[in-house]
Amino acid sequence: MDPEQYTIPGITGVDVSWSIAGPGSRSYAFIIDWHIRVVLALAWLVGAMLFTFGGLTWPTSGARPGASVVFVVFLVPLVIYFFYHPVLELLLRGQSPGKRMAGVRVVSVNGGTPGVSAVLVRNVFRLIDCLPMLYFVGLVTTFLSAQRVRIGDMAAGTLLVIDERPPPQSLELGAAEGEADFATRDLAEQILERWPALGLDKRAAIARALLKKTHGSATDADALDDDSLRVRLAALAGRR
Amino acid sequence: MKSSTAAWVHARAPAWRALAERIARLKRHRTLSIEEALGAVEAYRNLARDLASARRLVPGTRTAAALEALFTQLHATLSRHPSGGWRGLLSVLRDDVPVVTRELAPRILWMGVLMIASGAAGFWLIATYPSLINLIASEEMIQHVEEGKLWTDGLVNVTPSSILSVRILSNNIMVALFAVCSGFLFGLGSFYLMLLNGLMLGATFAFVHQHGLAERLFEFVIAHGMVELSVICLAGAMGTAIADSLIRPTHGTRRESFRWCVRRLAPLMGLCAALLVGAGVIEGFVSPDPAFPLASRIAIGICSWFLMVLALSGRLLPRRGRARS
Repeated sequence: MDPEQYTIPGITGVDVSWSIAGPGSRSYAFIIDWHIRVVLALAWLVGAMLFTFGGLTWPTSGARPGASVVFVVFLVPLVIYFFYHPVLELLLRGQSPGKRMAGVRVVSVNGGTPGVSAVLVRNVFRLIDCLPMLYFVGLVTTFLSAQRVRIGDMAAGTLLVIDERPPPQSLELGAAEGEADFATRDLAEQILERWPALGLDKRAAIARALLKKTHGSATDADALDDDSLRVRLAALAGRR
Repeated sequence: MKSSTAAWVHARAPAWRALAERIARLKRHRTLSIEEALGAVEAYRNLARDLASARRLVPGTRTAAALEALFTQLHATLSRHPSGGWRGLLSVLRDDVPVVTRELAPRILWMGVLMIASGAAGFWLIATYPSLINLIASEEMIQHVEEGKLWTDGLVNVTPSSILSVRILSNNIMVALFAVCSGFLFGLGSFYLMLLNGLMLGATFAFVHQHGLAERLFEFVIAHGMVELSVICLAGAMGTAIADSLIRPTHGTRRESFRWCVRRLAPLMGLCAALLVGAGVIEGFVSPDPAFPLASRIAIGICSWFLMVLALSGRLLPRRGRARS
């Protein structure tokens, strides 16, 4: 079994599996989230202080603002900072903006979306995971634990997995008809999807290798230029 | 064989596309009707069958990967934890919290004993060796007391009560939650935290007593301290329960035992945080305000402590009506 895969037996007898998110994806998501919540909290604080006190200082003379105003000015940034993760993970069903950008998601050990209690517990245990600084304990635990989980995840019974979202056209492939077998057409589609991102030499070499494998050494693949290779791949994939 | 595989994918593709849209709709809704839920279960069965075929016929293709992803998404939607809403919360506070509190009772008692013993030790230490106060209190605090003033005097004039209470309650909640979570270190974290808290409290009382300010400190502490210290003891008890789950696992693995223990304690942790919010508000608005006489402070302290006991025993919330036979 792949150690980076989390697999549980499904009720239908077909296993359900997820790719486990490693410390890299975890850290990337956290850094994005940390910046978002700090910017939001600071934006509120600065905006509210400018609006209420007329500057970024505590008023020393004149009429002081009421207790309730001060309460709102200082409470909201704290709420944003401390409740950012639990609230968003609940609302976005195991994701936060950072996790979404990093392509990861929190799931419970049974594969479901975590409940309120699990989300709160995994976030409360950040107190331990962030010790002594910069999430050292949490990071070391993710490197050492089997499912790359931090202590908060162990406590809550959750884990971070890659949120796989296949492109919608992956399900359309069956509708196309082409000269090659299904797996070759699928491969041709994958190459065409990545075509713009690949270097000229690389994509030409890959396309020629696939064409030779499909049509044998008799093919004229070596003589084709970049555009012609793309057209031949499209034909192989069954694109009209 | 190859053409039949393509024909199968071709035939099933519209159903998969429809299912992808259906899953997106299901994920958006918090609650499902019975028809929707049954339909989702049926779709799950069909998708499992298709996925098993795809794993065998077209492994490693994008179609197989897309079906895997659809399957995990539908699985997550079907396996999500049911939301009890407000009724669920009430049930947790009324039924789960009292059970856990009763289970923790001996530990709470021991934590109380530890705090009192360490408090007494701190008092004795400073009463015997007064110069040791430099290890516990800040320079500014010592100076205040030596001038015959408490560091809490005029606190309201310096910082508004609202900010003061937010600062206090967030700090107290952090300390309490840390006492619970540090039980993960086989209880040593919780143990040292309780010991240190008791020691500092006893030492501070001894120091102010030497300067004739003990009564005034008592006056400051009594309104909020009863709930605050009780919750700290409760947090320490939860920490030791977590430690126990690791030292003497009740499930197959320590990790599983730890998870089950935390899961049971979670509602109590939430209630403790709420109690500390109340204590923080009292500490910010009542304790530093000289307008409150000692009698009213004692009354507030006792009443809030009884409210806490009622909440912990589940008697604060109305019981469900029982059918009469």
